[in-house]
Amino acid sequence: MATEVHNLQELRRSASLATKVFIQRDYSDGTICQFQTKFPPELDSRIERQLFEETVKTLNSFYAEAEKIGGSSYLEGCLACATAYFIFLCMETHYEKVLKKISRYIQEQNEKIFAPRGLLLTDPVERGMRVIEISIYEDRCSSGSSSSGSSSGSGSSSGGGGGAGGR
Amino acid sequence: MPPGGGGPMKDCEYSQISTHSSSPMESPHKKKKIAARRKWEVFPGRNKFFCNGRIMMARQTGVFYLTLILILVTSGLFFAFDCPYLAVKITPAIPVVGGILFFFVMGTLLRTSFSDPGVLPRATPDEAADLERQIDIANGTSSGGYRPPPRTKEVIINGQTVKLKYCFTCKIFRPPRASHCSLCDNCVERFDHHCPWVGNCVGKRNYRFFYMFILSLSFLTVFIFAFVITHVTLRSQQAGFLNALKDSPASVLEAVVCFFSVWSIVGLSGFHTYLISSNQTTNEDIKGSWSNKRGKENYNPYSYGNIFTNCCVALCGPISPSLIDRRGYIQPDTPQPAAPSNGMAAYGATQSQSDMAAATPLLQSEPSLTSDELHLPGKPGLGTPCASLTLGQPTPPSSMPNLAAEATLTDILPLKEEHVGHQFLTPEEAPSPPGMLVGSPLAHSRTVHVLGLASQDSLHEDSVRGLVKLSSV
Repeated sequence: MATEVHNLQELRRSASLATKVFIQRDYSDGTICQFQTKFPPELDSRIERQLFEETVKTLNSFYAEAEKIGGSSYLEGCLACATAYFIFLCMETHYEKVLKKISRYIQEQNEKIFAPRGLLLTDPVERGMRVIEISIYEDRCSSGSSSSGSSSGSGSSSGGGGGAGGR
Repeated sequence: MPPGGGGPMKDCEYSQISTHSSSPMESPHKKKKIAARRKWEVFPGRNKFFCNGRIMMARQTGVFYLTLILILVTSGLFFAFDCPYLAVKITPAIPVVGGILFFFVMGTLLRTSFSDPGVLPRATPDEAADLERQIDIANGTSSGGYRPPPRTKEVIINGQTVKLKYCFTCKIFRPPRASHCSLCDNCVERFDHHCPWVGNCVGKRNYRFFYMFILSLSFLTVFIFAFVITHVTLRSQQAGFLNALKDSPASVLEAVVCFFSVWSIVGLSGFHTYLISSNQTTNEDIKGSWSNKRGKENYNPYSYGNIFTNCCVALCGPISPSLIDRRGYIQPDTPQPAAPSNGMAAYGATQSQSDMAAATPLLQSEPSLTSDELHLPGKPGLGTPCASLTLGQPTPPSSMPNLAAEATLTDILPLKEEHVGHQFLTPEEAPSPPGMLVGSPLAHSRTVHVLGLASQDSLHEDSVRGLVKLSSV
């Protein structure tokens, strides 16, 4: 875990941010939170289309789960209403639990899939649930990591290698 | 409190990466200063925050206190002067039921007033720049004209075409059902209306609280009114009408207050019951967005087609979390929302994290410029790095106009001279960490860009555009 986190920092420090790609919301089913699964052309040489789509679809299914309307959400709503909504002072909503799951998932995807390719996902909740922000880092390993990255040079070089291979 | 619930979660999940990413090179002093500042202190909207960001209200709260006093005084008089008599003469259940109703009303009122109505955070400079680029592509090369084409985007929702308008203040295409509250200067999701009585906007996150408030308040008003009449009637049977009034003068006051308020409150809850059952917002109903008069094909795409489901979803559906993370700490490398009400944001097409970090120390030595606009009067301003954190690299093409927040332009222009003066600190003077100097040539030219007098012209142009937009609403 610690080394993987280090990998992400290493990426941030040693590589310069080239551009950012924004995956917009898909409103075709109403206002529930869904993102477009269309593959952005900027990521073309960076990541496999299938991996990307899989990640976005998983995120969409998480959001669908969070906003699912059914027995359990009605129960939660009625219970909260019965206590004049004071219960929310000490209880976490289902939505918040799912959001935690989502941010764990995003971190995991970042470490496993995106960071080695010089990409970084940002949790949509930090961008007002409007976009999935994907930062594309240029490879600058040769100058950046030699000066600053000493402790975890292996992680950084593998990340940089992935990026260089993609380019 | 759940609105703050997003905060701790993100603290633990994200600070792990972002603080580590810059901490090894920062002096502990600097880190402490940044960590002490929370996001609500630099929030760009016109809101009031209490209890270190836990409570969020609109700026004008005078009418809210009137509501509070009316409810408290009327109920207080009822419990003090009518209940003892009624409990003895009829049943002790009256004060009990009245008490439960009263607590429910107060709970829902405070909940409505103090929670985030569903404010959408403003776009980060990168996101805004990306949108500008998309708009330019969509509009072709007609950027030379005086008045740019209207910025709208059409989406199809459940078979109904819906226009999304661009918000010049928040730099986003407003999601469906969202609207910009001119009083609070925020885009609010599923915006219903701005309610001065509760001192807050009513939107996606607090609509159910608001509805339960007016519903329970109408019950409470009818309850008090009915039992005050009963009380006076019982007394007048014993001692005559005039003596009854003399014996309990408070009842007269309560009856008058209840009589005048009951109509509007009951009417309002009836109206909102209709809205909930058809899954509309007040905003959409007033505009007649889904009315049949607009055409036969016009229908509400958000309705579930069934009154019962609509009510359940509105009142018992999942509650979405607050998106503005008021209690979260400002991270040095976290991009802040674009144009924090002073219109100084220059859009960089790209923005390196290290550049941002290098810009931070520069800000700490300068006095807070925007604090007058952003902080509560009387609260010590801690300085707001927000404005200058948004300064990107100097690559805004001419097709990316610097769009200012139209509402606050008049406040800004006098401040501009001062602001420009303070920007003269070059990044080299600032103690930038050694590993981050890579961005410094760029940072230098960024300063130059900001100082450009041209930005003042663009500010003016944008104020004109803002006025055009305002008049068209």
